[in-house]
Formats: sequence, structure tokens, C-alpha cells
Amino acid sequence: MLLIKNGRVLDPASKTDARLDVLIDKGRIAKLAAGISAADALVLDAANCVVAPGFIDLHCHLREPGQEVSETIESGAQSAARGGFTAICPMPNTQPVNDNASVTRSIMERAAAISPVRVWPIGAASKESKGEQLADIAAMQQAGAVAVSDDGRPVATARLLRQVMDYCGPLDLTVIDHCEDSSLAAGGVMREGPRSIRLGLKGMPAAAESICAGRDIEIAALTGARLHIAHLSTRGSLEHVRAAKRRGLAVTCEVTPHHFTLIDEDVQYDSRFKMNPPLASRDDRDALLEGLADGTVDAIATDHAPHHPASKDVEFDRAPFGITGFETAIAITLEQLVHANRISLMRMVELFTTGPARVLGLSQKTECKLAEGSAADITIFSTDRAWTYRATESPSRSRNTPFDGRNFRGGPVATIVAGKIVYQA
Amino acid sequence: MSHRFRHLLAIEPLTREQITFLLDQAKPFQEFQRYPLKKLATLRGKTVALAFFENSTRTRISFSTAASRLGADQMNLQAESSSLKKGESLSDTVLTLEAMKPDAIVIRHGSSGAAEFISHRVDVPVINAGDGTHEHPTQALLDALTIRDRSRSFDNCNITIIGDILHSRVARSNVHLLSKFGAHITLCGPAMWLPRELDSLAPGIRRVPRLEEALDGADVIMALRIQQERLHEPSLSADEYILRYQLTPSRVRLAKSNAIVLHPGPMIRGLEIDPVVADSLQSCILEQVTNGLAIRMAILFELIAGSAEPQEQAKDSPHAAH
Repeated sequence: MLLIKNGRVLDPASKTDARLDVLIDKGRIAKLAAGISAADALVLDAANCVVAPGFIDLHCHLREPGQEVSETIESGAQSAARGGFTAICPMPNTQPVNDNASVTRSIMERAAAISPVRVWPIGAASKESKGEQLADIAAMQQAGAVAVSDDGRPVATARLLRQVMDYCGPLDLTVIDHCEDSSLAAGGVMREGPRSIRLGLKGMPAAAESICAGRDIEIAALTGARLHIAHLSTRGSLEHVRAAKRRGLAVTCEVTPHHFTLIDEDVQYDSRFKMNPPLASRDDRDALLEGLADGTVDAIATDHAPHHPASKDVEFDRAPFGITGFETAIAITLEQLVHANRISLMRMVELFTTGPARVLGLSQKTECKLAEGSAADITIFSTDRAWTYRATESPSRSRNTPFDGRNFRGGPVATIVAGKIVYQA
Repeated sequence: MSHRFRHLLAIEPLTREQITFLLDQAKPFQEFQRYPLKKLATLRGKTVALAFFENSTRTRISFSTAASRLGADQMNLQAESSSLKKGESLSDTVLTLEAMKPDAIVIRHGSSGAAEFISHRVDVPVINAGDGTHEHPTQALLDALTIRDRSRSFDNCNITIIGDILHSRVARSNVHLLSKFGAHITLCGPAMWLPRELDSLAPGIRRVPRLEEALDGADVIMALRIQQERLHEPSLSADEYILRYQLTPSRVRLAKSNAIVLHPGPMIRGLEIDPVVADSLQSCILEQVTNGLAIRMAILFELIAGSAEPQEQAKDSPHAAH
């Protein structure tokens, strides 16, 4: 038995915000009350900490199978545990692409054997994510896939997206899209704007994202299926989502911590500032902050995208896109959103728990709540502990983060999956 | 010590004083180009590494000749023969070069930021001989030397730059340099090569898509090289460019009567410039080439002889040109 004492329990599902103890037995929450005492339980003192349902990361890359030099399911999942996540959704752009049940199954089996956190793979929408033919979607779902996406690129054509969404609707699967008009963004390595002009780096205009978001939303209206826009980064896309929600469409979106923290003006000739979508303009960033506060944004997702140091330590335009993100997500969210008084702690917890669960329609898979009888997936984090992030201490195989060396106030303290402490600071 | 340079990576971070200092340092080397015996012993025993990862003839020969005339030895690395083709990273290639103990590395590379990238990885001075579509600082310095020699003061000087501004490192370096001296800069070209974000590059910039308007009242006209491959983009044919942007005698007459014409080369007669203009008395195109030698000698001298100063002084430099 495990007893979490003295924490501030924040549970968006029941709107609980109270100083309560949590007693865990056999992987489930046995009791949730003030002043619990259990003589034979291991006690975890959560004084000055928030005790929340387990955090879900909708968007990450674990690079296994195929690019294990950058990350493995094991190293990535350990990094996720360290970041306070109890469930993570790896994107299908592995080698081979997770576009059939045998790849999905191998990921599930590997995760079951080795991962400290739950791994919910996202399957490809099309074979090899090439945008030509539908992947084996139902078979992947049976093997454990929780959504489909051709992430890394958009579902290639409106016609294919329509077919995928038509097919996924009755399967109760969300289609996640990486929104980018490939012809407009072609060759770009950062957001087009004054900074790209100054640095002489080829820019991708913000419209490349919002054009595709608009296309996708029209297909969502046409099919009625659930659409989720990955790593949304521009005001234009956000306004499309806001309008879609007003129309009552099943459209959701996520934003990454780096997109609501850094902007294109921060970009240096340093590939740790290179990701796709690229860092946006200040105005776009401000729009994301508004969307996070007003409820338009449904979830915060990391887009943890590890790349081995040798592949990133090259000229900016030759470097691959992506930065790591599990371990800094909570701290950055506290810094940018909570300490800056933009959102409440309850809203923050929602963005990492019930928000992502709703995106996936996962009510049957995760209870995502702190209640007696629920699975004991719990994230405990501090809101004021001073610490410095050191990428070299990460279990991840990669170090590509612009937040290395950043000082934070608050961060992950303990991660509990099915009643077991998988990380403790 | 305010003029000391560690590297020459870009014009943007330089002060007006540093630029003036380099232009002044080039003065004696301009004289020198007229000497019958063009060999100094100033850098004898020193070695300049020329790392050209992108095809270049004139800039490479200019640096090479500048180094020779200062008495320095050279190591040459060219794209065709480089290990880059064999998959070696830029970082490893440059570290290998550094292990052969050059006293400076001159780099030309197709990626913006490549010169800065290697400057963080080696201990010798790095000179940017053109990085992607970012900067080409020695070109801007030789252009400034040429403008100054024709007794133009930069202050209130009207300078019109014509061509593919968006993709031009020459334009960027020139804009940064001339703007620091209070010049009025007019950027001119087809609108898709003239994005509004250029306005934020430096103070004193205006964008004018119509050449006739852009040339009105100009003291200095700078035509950029038109890269043929850009014209192969779906947007514009060579004929269309010639129709609207070729520097012709009648268009040059719209500028001030004593206006001068510059071109960074290589120039394609009949495309961006009419041969009559290229060969006119107003044209400074060949002076630019000679001045290129002088400015590159001044920079090699400054960076290599400067770094031979006592270490404390070199390290103390608050104006290291990063």
C-alpha cells in the first residue's frame, strides 16, 4: 500500500481542490480523504505539492523501431516518467512506419516489458504515411493504437483525409493531423518573418499551417468524425479551431510548451531552435496564450522529438526538425502560464489530463480522475521548488533542447503508474 | 583596443568605428596593388586555410591572392574534393583542417550561419566569405571602399540595390553596412524578392518595386547578380526580368548625373546589366575587384597579426566580432 500524505489534490473531473490524502492499494485508489492513516503503507509526503490524475502526453516520438540511436521506448518512457507523465502517445513515424498491427503489437509488447509509463501508440493514417492508401487502421486499433496520424507531414490530400475520417468515425478513433501546406512551406527551416529574413534562413509562412487547418476542419464538417490538430502554432489556425468549436464540430487542438514560450526572434544558428512547426511570431504566441486561457486549446502536448547529437550538430538548414520535451513540460507550463497568472492550476491539470483524454475519446481506457476505485495513475508536482534543468542528466538518448540550463520554479516530484512509483525526484 | 577583431562573421554586429578602421587599414593595400613587385613578408610563416564548400572562383582567387601577397601559405579545400561528399560533417571537416594548424580559416558555405557555426568550434580566426543567403561581409567592405574612393560620403547618400534582394547575402551585408553610416537605401526588384520584412533589417530602408522610381536621385546603383536558377522558379522569366529590371543607359540617366554603378560579379551582360552600362565611365566594377584584394589583405593582416598580440589583449577585446 502507498499513502500520499498532505498533498493538494486537484481533480478536474470532480472539480476537487482540497488537501486530501490518497491511499493506494493493488494499483487502485482505495481511499481519498483527509488525515488517512495506514500503519503498513509506504508514505509519500506530498506537502506543498499538487496531487493530480496522471498526465497524458498526446504527442511524442520514441524512435523505436528504427532510430534507436536517438531514443528507445525504454529511454523515452523513462524520460516521460521523469517529466511527470503516466501515459504517452508515440507517433507512427518510426522505421518501419507504424502502419500495421504487427508494428503496433511490437511497440505494445516492448512497452509492456520495459516501460515505466503507459504507452498508447498512434497508428499511421496511410500506408508508410505516404498519403496514398489507408493504413490497416482497425487492425492497429485492435492491437492498441489510440488514434491515427501521418505526423511529421499532413495527411497528403483532402480526398485521402476524407476517406480516413469517414473510416475512423464509426471506429471512434480520432484523426490527428500535422497541418502544413507542403507547397507553401517547402524548403523552409523556420517561421517566415523579420527574423528569417535577417538570418537568411528560408521561412515557412504562418499561412502554411492555417490553410491546412482550414482544409481539415472542412473535412471534419463533411464527415462528422473527430479531428485533432497537432502542435497548433499560429493565430490563424487557432481562429479556425475556435470557429469550428462554435459550429459544434468535433475539433480539438494541442499546443506545445515551446510554442507558447519561445518565438521566432529567439532563433539562433543553433539547431536546438529548429522544430516543425517552427517557433512562431510574438503575435501568434500571444494568440496561443489566449487560447490556452479561454479554453480553445484542449491539451498541452510535448512533441518530444529526440535526435542524436551527431545529427543535430550540423548547419541549421541541414539539421532535422524537433526538440525533446518530456522533462521540461510541467516546469515551463508553470512558468509561462500559472506563475504568470494566465491560467489556474486546475486549468493546467486539465490541459494535461482530462483535456488529452477527451481528445482521444479515451473514457473507457483511462478514468483520468482521482476517485476511490480508479486506477492509481498519479502525477505529483511542486509549484515552487527551485531547480535547474540539465539535459545531461536525462535518461533520454538525446539532448536537443533549448531549455538546457534553464532555472525553474516547480516541476515533477513523483510519477505513479498503477500504484507504483516510477519516478521520484 | 576597440578595433580588435576575433573573427569576421558578419557586418551586422560591427560598429561604425570598426568598419571605418578596416576601410582605413585597406588604404595602404590599395596603393600596394600598383607596385611592380607585389609580395610582402608580413604574414610569412603564417597559413591561411581556404575552405570553400560552395563553388566560387572570384572570391576564392581574391582571398588566395591576398594571402599570397602578404606572404602567407595556403591550404585549399574545395567542395569537389572535400570529405563532405563522403559524408563527413562540417564540424569534423573543419576540426581536421584546424588540426593542420592554419592561422585563419576563410569559409564559403551554402548554409546561412555556417561561418558562425564553425567559429564556435575552432580556436583560430574565422572569416566569412559568404554563408548561404545570410552575409558576405568582405563584399560589403570592398563596396564601401569603392564608394568612399569615388568621394561619396555615406551620410545621406542615396543607394539603390537592384535584384533578388531576398536571396542575396551581398544585399544584406551592404544594407547593414550602409545603414550604419546613415545612407538612404532603396531596395528594388520583383515584389516576390522584396518582402516587407526587409524593412526591419536596418534603419533607412525603402522598398520600391519599380526600377525607374528606385533610380530617381540615386548616387550609387548596385545591380546584383541574377542567379539563373532562381529564374527557373515558376514565377519569372529572364525576358520579364530584363524588361523591367535590366540596368540600361536610359534608366541610369534617371539617377544623379555623377552616379556610380557597382556589381559584385559575376556579371551577366545582357541580363541584369546592359553592356554599355557595364563599360561606362560610371561603372566601378573592375575597381571593386582590385579593392577586394586590398580589403581582404587588410582583414587577413588584422585577424592574423592581431591574434599574434599578447593573449590577454586579444581576450580582453570587448568588440569581438561575433
